[in-house]
Order: sequence, then structure tokens, then C-alpha cells
Amino acid sequence: MTTATSVDETEVKTYVATDFTLPELGENIAAGDVLRVLVKPGDTLAKDQPVLELETDKATIEVPSSVAGQVKEVKVKAGDKVKVGQAILSVDDGAGASDEKPAEKAEAKADSKEAAAKQPKGNGGGRQQTKVEEPEDEEAEDEEPAAANTAAKVPAGEPGLEQHVQGAKRDAAADKPGAKPQRNQNAEPDEDRDRTAPSVAKAERSERKVVDIKSGARVSAEPAAPEAPEQPPAPAAPSVRRMARELGVDISEVPGNGPGGRISIDDVKAYAKRMVGATRSGAPASAVPLPDFARWGEVERQPMRAVRRKTAEHLSAAWATVPHVTQCDLADITALEELRKKHAKEVEAAGGNLTVTAIAVKVVAAALRRYPQFNASVDMAAGEIVFKKYVNIGIAVDTDRGLLVPVIRNADQKNIIQLSVELAQLSEKARNRKISLEEMQGGCFSISNLGGIGGTYFTPIVNAPEVAILGISRASMQPKFDNTQFVPRLMLPLSLSYDHRVIDGADGIRFLRWVAEALEQPFLLALQG
Amino acid sequence: MISVQVVVVGGGPGGYAAAFLAADLGLSTALVDPEPNPGGVCVYRGCIPSKALLHVAKLVDEARHASDWGVDFGEPKIDLAKLRAFKDKVVKKNTSGTGQLVKYRKVQYLQGLAEIVDAHRLTLKLTDGKEEQLQFEHAILATGSLPAIPPTLKVNDPRVMDSTAALDLPDIPKSLLVVGGGYIGLELGTVYAELGSAVTVVEMTPGLLPGADRDLVDVLAKRITHTMKSVLLNTKVTQMKPESNGIRVSFEGEVDPKEQLFDRVLVAVGRQPNSKIPGLEKTQVQVDQRGFIMIDEQRRTHEPTIFAIGDVVGEPMLAHKASHEGRVAVEVIAGENVAFTPRAIPAVVFTDPELAWAGLTETQAAKENRKITIAKFPWGASGRAATLDRTDGLTKLILDPESERLLGVGLVGSGAGELIAEGVLAIEMGATATDLKLTIHPHPTLTETLMESAEVFFGQATHVYRPKRG
Repeated sequence: MTTATSVDETEVKTYVATDFTLPELGENIAAGDVLRVLVKPGDTLAKDQPVLELETDKATIEVPSSVAGQVKEVKVKAGDKVKVGQAILSVDDGAGASDEKPAEKAEAKADSKEAAAKQPKGNGGGRQQTKVEEPEDEEAEDEEPAAANTAAKVPAGEPGLEQHVQGAKRDAAADKPGAKPQRNQNAEPDEDRDRTAPSVAKAERSERKVVDIKSGARVSAEPAAPEAPEQPPAPAAPSVRRMARELGVDISEVPGNGPGGRISIDDVKAYAKRMVGATRSGAPASAVPLPDFARWGEVERQPMRAVRRKTAEHLSAAWATVPHVTQCDLADITALEELRKKHAKEVEAAGGNLTVTAIAVKVVAAALRRYPQFNASVDMAAGEIVFKKYVNIGIAVDTDRGLLVPVIRNADQKNIIQLSVELAQLSEKARNRKISLEEMQGGCFSISNLGGIGGTYFTPIVNAPEVAILGISRASMQPKFDNTQFVPRLMLPLSLSYDHRVIDGADGIRFLRWVAEALEQPFLLALQG
Repeated sequence: MISVQVVVVGGGPGGYAAAFLAADLGLSTALVDPEPNPGGVCVYRGCIPSKALLHVAKLVDEARHASDWGVDFGEPKIDLAKLRAFKDKVVKKNTSGTGQLVKYRKVQYLQGLAEIVDAHRLTLKLTDGKEEQLQFEHAILATGSLPAIPPTLKVNDPRVMDSTAALDLPDIPKSLLVVGGGYIGLELGTVYAELGSAVTVVEMTPGLLPGADRDLVDVLAKRITHTMKSVLLNTKVTQMKPESNGIRVSFEGEVDPKEQLFDRVLVAVGRQPNSKIPGLEKTQVQVDQRGFIMIDEQRRTHEPTIFAIGDVVGEPMLAHKASHEGRVAVEVIAGENVAFTPRAIPAVVFTDPELAWAGLTETQAAKENRKITIAKFPWGASGRAATLDRTDGLTKLILDPESERLLGVGLVGSGAGELIAEGVLAIEMGATATDLKLTIHPHPTLTETLMESAEVFFGQATHVYRPKRG
């Protein structure tokens, strides 16, 4: 939003100059570090093609070019700090290299110069687009023919800008003038197109980038801008907008079927249904068609619940991207068990349960401090490992809705009593559906304790983008040879799965051994943790 | 140690609305404010007391005009102590009301100031001298704003007042200079003018109420020339010197003489966010260059457990914006996926006549080169306005010419502040000119002007003849 005007300004400048300078990137961003240069001299550069990957204090973004031509010189390199306005590269836009873009733009500008002053921001596009497709639909207004002319060129000259989305929308937009204020901007002939198109593209790109790289990090907060100046906001009542948000639908994408393109609850529902349909049919999960199970006996189909579906998607993605290794070990918790029983009452009085899980949280928190590569995330896109300076530990909780993983924050700064209390509260909240999304975000490492049910070992799946997970199974009395005789010891089976991209086997067993020893000798925790 | 799910810092209309909703949603809630009851600037030193005084000002004005209608009340006698008491009573009624609501809802009200320890803890310096630790799951910062006084206007003399001092009605000065032609200056200037002061308004920019559409302001400006002594536009105050018989003010701009003496001066040039919260730097909360706390559309700061709302997060600094934000923040905290996405935030200036607008303004549309159609209904054509002998008014719709959808409403005239609500609802609902036109409005009322403006759009207003469009 805030970038739009400035992008426009730089573009106006670049019609004559051959330098591409760093455009304004957003409020309060004056400079950034070049992560990667995406073009080299000799490349043919198209408008809107990303030229730089820039890291700012807010996000990592790709900077699209506002010029086209053959790259003559690249004036920055990876690692450079660049400021807004600084020259990034120069292009040769001489006769040979010039594609029709600058010319077209100039023409578009000239054609619509007078009209542009009064040009609608958004809704006008709907009608003009209708005209491109059905020229006979024209009204008798002076500026229209010129507008229609330039609009007709747009699809050829402006490739790649969400064509499929536009195509899908076109029908609705065509019979409902003004129904699609936002998307139709692409078809607008005036400077709005020049201005909004790149900025829309950029915004989308940078947003995606944030999600990719910081994996789940929040998009930077922007100062309050309640009344968006870019285009008239979608015509939908507050209740309709709220519902759209709940359904995960961007209201500005919904075609409205009411008067003036007004969007009703039904429009939102219909759109959401189509969206779900589209995802389902496109999902890789259904790549292999299922046989008709009913041929062999009675079956019943149940829709996947939201948590189930999310879990399925998340774990499939984790399994597909993380090369897993699972390492197993046994911890002798005979002494710990005595301590646990001794202090159970005390913890109960504080409102918690002194469980093996709670103690394991404390131990793992200390281990993460000791072995920072286990408290990390992999950023393959940037070729970097993100080390976290905080220790938040997720605990897998079995609820009637499915598997939920609430996160205990700053676990390394809390004692076992505090951890026990917090764990009890979080599990309770998770089971009572009181848990907020935020309380399930920001984890660095997860623990899954199935010991309450049974089992010896299992191979937990890493809760990506974390890089390791500790699985705990049921402790059992086992004979152990103490060099003279067999003695009964309470042994706890541990399974550590980790991401082999950043953690090697030796580190894996070192980490797991440390955890096992800390459980065996609680004193170690106080000594080294 | 107090432990709550939600703590709200600041008990203004944003803060207490948030705290009350949090309590209604079953969250354990605390509200921290230095005043004995919730209300904040709005109730203690802003909207409410000024409106009580403006109500009286309007009465004085009408009583004066009544002689034109055949009723003569004579010159009003003003008992300043009693007027002050009335204003204080109004404030008290409001604040004791919010105080009651705090009790009913079992919100923990902590009178005092808060200092942030970290993303989960506050230290409270309570008014009774005690210090308390408070642990929270989520905090909402609603610390509001303060009058902004530029250094040249900082004069240590009780005769140079800010809005808070002016609301206390220390006396009725013979001459008053109001620095700033915004809504605060004009509202309080109106009060003093009606009570008998010769009021001069000085404004740096070329017009009163910067940001508002000029055609609306013109109607007000015309009336103000009768109620106020003078309005100095394009004029800057360069110096103020206290002297024994007044404040000597030096001007720069379209004014003569360049030095004038006033009994009192009211500085009302704007407000600044109150974001200097002790300990804020210990969190990840970020503040922008103008001092506003930065937030996302859910009103969350860069610190995930801390939200911020109201004047301290940005313009417009209006109570009703803050309340709405407060409720959004609480719903987000309660786990709802909602956001602050209003289509229109109404602004009302309680001068006489009142000015009100919502949504897109003509000024803004021009700035953005947005194609709009304006439909105006002058109150000269309103039967109701004539019965009130107040035809100095204008209703205007800002419409999208393609979809005929209502994008903005502007109003000037007696009672415009109440009329704007219909416009806000219409904008929020995505109403079109046809919707407004086909909605039956009661006769004879000023609300008909909204319906008839829509009729003007189609060139078919009953009471206005306009040649057809195109």
C-alpha cells in the first residue's frame, strides 16, 4: 500500500533513464542487505522480473525491476548494503533491445492522460474489461474508446500476472460490471495499471517470501491504515467480511452478485466451496485413485476434521522435506522415579502433575542450550541455518479433536514445578478447545510421550520447521548387570528423530545420551544444565 | 502477585470497552488506570465535558436567536460555578456508570500506573502507594494521547491553556486566542464565544479543519464569522509573551497588527500518542517515527502477547475507533480470527453547525484520482431545516459512478453528528444510491436529506430540480 506511490515515482523516472534504482520498499525501510543478485550482465531483463533478494529488518523480499532491456552492468553484489534510490543496475534499452513496453507505456499514458485524471481506481476496470471482450457493449462516452484500445493490448504486454486467477474471474466480472474491482486493475489502461500491477505482484511475492523463509513468522506489523487508499474496498457488510475471514477467504477475491457487485453471505460460501473443491482435486494425496472398498464389504466415509486434515498436511510435508533419522536409547530412571514420587505432593499443591514429561521438558531445555544445532531451523532457500536464542518446547497432546501441540515458552527459564503447572494448564486447554493458535506457535523442539499408553520404541516425525523431536515410551523394570549381578532397574525408552540435513548421527547420540544421563543423574542437570 | 488472562493498560473508551468484552467472554481481566473510574480523556477531559458545555452554548445561541421568532429571553446571565458544576456532574455520572460496570463484570480495577517488566509481567504503582506485580497472558495497551504543544507555544503561564485547562472554565476571558483551527480549537472556541468571549482563531493552513471537504467547511466558516471575532488563516504564532494585562502574541502571515494582546490563549494544535510507556523497551513492541505503536490488522504489536489500540496506535484519534479496536483485540485474544477492517470511521465536529463525514471524502478522492460522482442536497430545500430556521446545511454523497455504490458521506448542519450514523451503516453494508433512495425516511426530518441526495444522483429529487445527468 505504502509502496505504490513511490514505485510509481521511480517508474516515471525510469522511462528516460537506463539505471534501475532501489525503489521504496515500505514505510520505515530505507536500506537493506543484498542476499543474492538474480541477474547478470548480458541477461535480458523484463519488467517486474526479480533482480535482487534483499534482506530488510522487516522481511526478505525480492525486488522486481521497473525497467526492461539488456543488463549492461550490475552495480551491487551479495553482501552489499543498498539504500533506497541507489543504482542497482543499468540496462541497454537501445533500439534492438527495447521490447514494446516503454513505448506502449508512453502511448498508454498519452492516450489516457486526460481520462486518467478522472479514471476510476477499481470498478471502472470491470466495465472496460467487459468491453474488450464485447465491443458492441460500448456506451457513448468520450474517453471510452481510447481506454478500450489500450486495455486490449494489456493481455499481450503484461504476462504472468495471475492470468489463471483472472481467467477464472473473468466470467463473473464480465456480466457484473464492477464486481471485481481489484483484479481487473490489470486491465486498466491508465497509470493505475503501471502502478498497482507491480506493487500487487511485489506484495504477494514478498508475503510469500516471508512465509517461506521465516516459516510461519508473522508478516511485519504495519502502522494502522484503516481506510485503504488503493481501491474501493469490497462491497460486503461487516458480518459478511467477518465470515469470509473465518473461512479463510480473501473478501476482495469474491465476486459479488448483488447490486453494485455487493457480496452476500451466499457469495462467500459459494466461493469458499469452489476454493475447497479446487484444492481437493489438485491435492497430491488423491493422485492415486482409491479402489472401491465397498466391493469387499461395508464401508463408511467420514469427512476429515480440520485438525486431522491439518495434521495430515503438515506431517506429509515434514516427512517429504526432512530426511529423518531415529536414534534410540534407554535411560535408567530408578532414582528419578523415587524423587518424582517424593515431590509429587508438592507439585500437586502448586496445581501441576510431576510427570516424566514435565521433567523431560526441563532436561530437553537444558540439552538445547548445550546443543544449539537442535534448536534450529533450516532455510534451504537462503542456504542458512536459523539458530534460536530462545527455548520453547512443544508437547504433543492427544485430544478428541486430534493431535495438538501446545508450546511452553522459555522452558529453560522455568523450574520443574512451574513447567508441571504450565503443562497441566496447557493440556487442559488443548483438551477443552480453549487453546489459542498463538499458544501452539513458536516451538523449537517437540516432545511426544506415549508411555502412558504403552509401547517400547517408536519413530516420531519431526515437527518441521523444528529439527528434532523426542519420543518417550513406557518405562519398565529390566534386569541390569552391575558387574557382579543382575539388579532390577526402571528403564525409560527414548526415541530421538532428527533432521539429518543439520544434525549428524554423532551429534544425535551425544544429545540423546546427555538427555538420558540427565534423567539418570538429576544432579547433572543442576550441575551442567 | 496478581495473575490474569488479560490486562488492559489505560481505561479510556478503548481500554474499558476491551476490558468489559474480555470479562464478558469469560477471561479473567484487569484494567489499569490512574483515575478512580474508567473513562479516560474522553470522559474526564474530552468528548463528554466538552459536549456538555457545547449543549449549553447551543442553548445560549438559540435563546439569542429566539427574539427573531418572537420570544425574547433577554441577555443570558451566566453563573460560571453552576455551569462548571453541571459539567462535572455529567462527567461524574459517566464515570460512576463505568465504575459500576467494572464491578458488575468483576473486572479487577487497579488504580495506578503500569510499568512493563517483560512480555508477561507488569509492575503496578498503585495510587494507594502499594506496588504490585501482575502476570498476564495478554496485555492490551490503550494509553491514549496527550495534547501536543510545540516548543514555541510552551509558555509557563496559567493563562495559556491546553484543552484540559480550558474545559475547567477558569473564567470567561474578554478575549481568547485559539491556536489551531482543528476540531478541538473550534469546539472549545465555540463554547467560549457563546459564553461571551471575543474569540480569535488562528490556523497555519489555508483553511479550518484541514482534511475535511471544503464545501462542508465553508458552511461552518460562514457561520463562524458571526460567532467569533476573527479567523486568521495562513497565519503562524511565532511568539507568546506573558504580560501583566494579558498574553502578547506575535503572528506571521495574513494578519494586522502583527502583535496582539489576549486575556487567554488556548493551544489546540493537535494530540500526540502516549507511547512512552515505562519498560516498553523491554519488549519487542515497536514504535514508529511519529510515536505510534506499530500493530498489525489484528491490533497485535511485534510482541505476540501484547496488543495496542486507540490513539496510541494511530489516526484518527477518536474514541469510537478505539472502542472498536479494543473489541477486535479481545476477540483475537479469545481465539477468534477477526481483524480491524472498517470501511468507514465517522468523524464529527461538534461546532455549530456540526460537521460530520465518513468513508471517502471528496478531497481524498481527488488526491487519489479516483473517479467519483457527488450528489448534494442543500438544506435550503429541507422542510425540517426551515422549521428549525437552520437552512445552513448540506448533505453530500460520494458515490462510485460505475456500481452506484456509496463510498462516503459528508454532512454539515444542525445535528449532522447524529445523521452521519445512517451513512456509516450504508457504507459498511455496501449500499447503493438506489438502496438509499428506496428506503422510506420519516418526514419531516433531516434524515430525508440523505434519501433526497440519492435522488439527486438520479436527477429526480422531489425537492431539488436538477437537469438530467449526461
